[in-house]
Amino acid sequence: MEQILQVFFNAAILERAWPFLMRGVTMTLLLSLVVVPIGLASGLAVAMLYHLHRKWLSRFLIAYVDFFRAFPPLVLLLFIYGGLPFLGIDLPLFGTVALAFLLNTSSYYGEIFRAGLESVPAGQAEAARSTGLSRGQTMLWVILPQATRNVLPDLISNTLEVIKLTTLASVIGFTELLNNARNAQALTYNATPIVAAALIYLVLLWPLVRLVSRLEHKSIAVR
Amino acid sequence: MELQRLAFSFFNGDVASRYWPDIVHGMWVTTYLAAAIVATGLAAGLALAMARSFHFRPASFLIVVFADAFRALPPLVVIIVLFFAFPYVDLAMSAFSATWLALSLVLAAFAEEIFWAGILSVPKGQTEAARSTGMSRLQTLVYVILPQAVRLTIAPLTNRMIAVTKGTALGSVVAVHEIIYYASSGASEAGNPTPLTLGAAAYVVLFLPVVMFSRWIETRFAWKR
Repeated sequence: MEQILQVFFNAAILERAWPFLMRGVTMTLLLSLVVVPIGLASGLAVAMLYHLHRKWLSRFLIAYVDFFRAFPPLVLLLFIYGGLPFLGIDLPLFGTVALAFLLNTSSYYGEIFRAGLESVPAGQAEAARSTGLSRGQTMLWVILPQATRNVLPDLISNTLEVIKLTTLASVIGFTELLNNARNAQALTYNATPIVAAALIYLVLLWPLVRLVSRLEHKSIAVR
Repeated sequence: MELQRLAFSFFNGDVASRYWPDIVHGMWVTTYLAAAIVATGLAAGLALAMARSFHFRPASFLIVVFADAFRALPPLVVIIVLFFAFPYVDLAMSAFSATWLALSLVLAAFAEEIFWAGILSVPKGQTEAARSTGMSRLQTLVYVILPQAVRLTIAPLTNRMIAVTKGTALGSVVAVHEIIYYASSGASEAGNPTPLTLGAAAYVVLFLPVVMFSRWIETRFAWKR
């Protein structure tokens, strides 16, 4: 017991590592604040293009979505990280991470928004158009609000996954929470920093998990 | 010229012929690891959901805590804690075991929630009717509730299984010898990204059929709205 406290919950070491961990939390939040909106916007774009129902465009988009759903995000990140320099492109670390997330999350969010758009009955668009709204207005004011509401649990659940995925950035040396925790662990030769990081993730993400659970159970109750 | 350089970097025949046996070996490890994770994760998730359906409060509470924790924790964090933190208390495990255990726990947490949602979706009258015919609680669960519940869980379970088994790539961080481990060490050894191209292709070969299958499953067993 004594030993467990000493290596997992060592107060002295936690005190030393704390500022370092907090800087990591800031970077994790910052990264999430960039990649989630990018994912939502690009996913929405994918879904709206699909919704145009042009045969070849739709086929292409399905291939795009399936391709990036089959690709583990870490592989995508390492491929971009290792491959771009050979194309003569030098992206900063943040840009590399953002590009990998754009490709990965646009396909997941795209698939969710597509299901949302399809869940809105065609009569809604017809009615809106017959009142004189343009196509764009119909999409913006009539279809999108209903579509988003219908897939809200999935959107939030995917956002949780995306935030969890930011830990992958640590693999290429981006100094977010997990990366800082691992460095602190290596420097102090003590497991406290990684245990602390795990607990920080738990505290930060648990409310989101509860929210997802509530929404999912609600949608089952409605059924 | 540009194109030639591109081909030399990413589709280099020489480099590819040197590294493809490694990648193929990695594919076996990935497949094996993924199969082990799916088997343990699904079995544990189903067992937990069944245990929860007996409505014994302390047990249900613990199950919810478990499911919440492993849905909140990023899988890479779980792997790293198991692999790097546990050796300090003499609980060292191999990289393979750590990855297997971590991802099985994550899949079990998600599977429990999905099975539980499925069980909840079966009308209460089904349980009452089964019990009144003299079936035990367990018999009711196994013969009446689960067969109806499982149908609803197939689509979300398939998606979750794909997401978690793709996580086997995370094992490379603790040096499990799976595809991306060979691909990235090969790329830095050769000073050429062709092994990464091979690795990427290997993942597409393994997972694209599964993703396409899941698309079919989704339409076949769609949650009825």
